[in-house]
Amino acid sequence: MARRFESYGMQIPGADPADLNGWLVVIEGPDGVGRTTHVDRLRAHLERLGYAVAETGLTRSDLASRGIRRAKQGNTLGSNAFNLFYATDFADRLERQIIPALRAGFVMLTDRYVYSLIARAIVRGADPDWIKQVYSFSLKPDAVFYLRIDVPELVPRVLQTGGFDYWESGMDLPMGEDIYDSFIHYQRRVIEELDGLARQYEFQTLDATLDVDDNAAELARRVEAILVPGRDGSGEQRPEG
Amino acid sequence: MSPPGTFGSNVRSFPGRLFIAEGIDGSGKSTQLTLLAQWLRSQGHPVVFSEWNSSPIVRATTSRGKRKKLLTPLTFSLIHATDFSDRVEREIIPSLKAGAIVIADRYVYTAFARDVARGVDPGWVRSLYRFAVVPTMAFYFRVPLAVALRRILSARPKLKWYEAGMDLDLHADIQESYTLFQARILEEYEKLVQEFDVHPLDATLPVEVQQRILRKAIRPHLERLPEGVPVGEKV
Repeated sequence: MARRFESYGMQIPGADPADLNGWLVVIEGPDGVGRTTHVDRLRAHLERLGYAVAETGLTRSDLASRGIRRAKQGNTLGSNAFNLFYATDFADRLERQIIPALRAGFVMLTDRYVYSLIARAIVRGADPDWIKQVYSFSLKPDAVFYLRIDVPELVPRVLQTGGFDYWESGMDLPMGEDIYDSFIHYQRRVIEELDGLARQYEFQTLDATLDVDDNAAELARRVEAILVPGRDGSGEQRPEG
Repeated sequence: MSPPGTFGSNVRSFPGRLFIAEGIDGSGKSTQLTLLAQWLRSQGHPVVFSEWNSSPIVRATTSRGKRKKLLTPLTFSLIHATDFSDRVEREIIPSLKAGAIVIADRYVYTAFARDVARGVDPGWVRSLYRFAVVPTMAFYFRVPLAVALRRILSARPKLKWYEAGMDLDLHADIQESYTLFQARILEEYEKLVQEFDVHPLDATLPVEVQQRILRKAIRPHLERLPEGVPVGEKV
């Protein structure tokens, strides 16, 4: 039985999701939760098993990443325009990185996906139905792993890894007296939205405050279950050859 | 009118006025808008002119995408929506709030026609532009394809890749591709006239006749505008 991908609604013009046979695995979670660590370890683990792995993350498109960086520096773009700029960046990566990798049978690991983009847009005032509709061209992943954390546990990690980022603290809004206040409020709202999306899109949630090695092992186990046909009883078969 | 969930359903109204013109290249809409703006200014109204690809940061990405041929129908649609959104937030809405008359050379309907001609889902592209302000009046400068092509191809033989729809592989020859692509767009415009409150105008009429029709149509909407402040030189 052939595996096939489908989008959340809108078909991408000129791309047939039916001829894709890799796996799309998403790691979601707020900034500073340790996504990069897990993506790196998962990649190494899967490559040891012999799978071809590719990865991508937000604002890494050939088309729009430079423009987004420039727009962030000057804060010179309207808030809704920013939402759509991110959607452009995502679409470019979907069409030119993710889909080709899936077509070639790769495991595509993505460090955040449309869910983070939807959450940040909603926190900035976008209509939830609208922004979900905009991203309805995105492919449904095989699995979304959500590294869940609360803001009090997040703060020390962010301090250890370079401090508060202007955008990740919602300072463009802003949501508090200073960057610390704004970070607390902003991240609390983002996590709230991600929690809602986790229910709607059936994320597999992992408690990010648990031991990193344990979580890495758990992630590896769950991803393997998706890759190996029938191992967890629900995985669909990969086409032969 | 537009069904719930599509363009304009969630937008407030403003004291200013928004008049927009649509039509394929060579329909003469830009000439008509320039004349209209001059006339409105001479009447003492503050006029703001708005065009596509006007947001500086987004424009750099759009030009890069076009130059390097990176744009697909999907990213072409999204990057233009990004530019348009920036215009709406930072130019059109503030001007309308201030009571100005905003004149737009092409509006959301251009995207509806152009993106759908590229194979993008019509429902999706309409909902993409839901943040747009509904115009006070929208005009469609209707012109037969042959007339528009004659105007364009005689004046400007150097066609650009995307405007000719070369990304769609319609034809190897750029002029042939342009013709086929414009025909598709024209077809989409005709659907939009049925679907939205867009007034078709015969763009084969003499320039001054079209201008008279245009002025007559918008005149009723100029009443009860905030007191006009004379700007610039009077014509």
